[in-house]
Amino acid sequence: MATEKFPGRFESLAGIRKFVSTAAEEAGFDDKEVYAVELAVDEACANIIEHAYGGEGKGEIICICNDLSNGLEIILKDDGEQFDPSTISQPDFSVELEKLKPRGAGIFLIRNMMDDVDFKFSKESGNELRMVKRKSH
Amino acid sequence: MEITTTSYKRCDIVKASGRIDSYTAPELEESLTSLTNEGRYKIVLDMEDVDFMSSKGWWVLIETQKNCKRYNRGELVLTGVQDRIQDSLNLVGMGSYFQIFDDTLSAVGHF
Repeated sequence: MATEKFPGRFESLAGIRKFVSTAAEEAGFDDKEVYAVELAVDEACANIIEHAYGGEGKGEIICICNDLSNGLEIILKDDGEQFDPSTISQPDFSVELEKLKPRGAGIFLIRNMMDDVDFKFSKESGNELRMVKRKSH
Repeated sequence: MEITTTSYKRCDIVKASGRIDSYTAPELEESLTSLTNEGRYKIVLDMEDVDFMSSKGWWVLIETQKNCKRYNRGELVLTGVQDRIQDSLNLVGMGSYFQIFDDTLSAVGHF
């Protein structure tokens, strides 16, 4: 298990991606799968900063990587406002360009890049987003 | 991330390199907006050296595309998009809003 704490700033995203991509490589995922993990975690952390903390520099993001025998579990924790990503509606990309609204693509990507996505919140421990990527080979 | 813009008579080529995420996307937005503010709406974005792009980056491109295509005055086209980035673009469903060319020459030839 590897745990690291990052400041809740967009500047931290590169370091967070590096942290999870190293764990994904060590767990035996191929390049495409490592990219999927990086993208899902980047989107999740950007959402935490933007929605749970309501901006940069308001708190920290704790990232935990667990190498499961059949995949990789990633847990993201924050102390921001309760933010359940599943409450964000999926964007409609069948509409014409002018009507596209910039919202919801991140959670859609997370759901598609990862196999399990669970969320829980308590006043004591804040938000906890758990994602699992299973090995396909 | 580094961004260079080269202006030609027919269009402008914006070459980005590195990783485009919530931290760096505003730089890309600034470069693209400065072009459209000058009335230049035919833009080729060379993404050959971009190796990561989150949805924040895609939204910058969507807003630029809206601006370019308005009144049929131009278009933003992409070139050199790496497979894994294109996969995520298509997965989300944003792929249909952009023409993607294999190389810059073909993209410039589009205009």
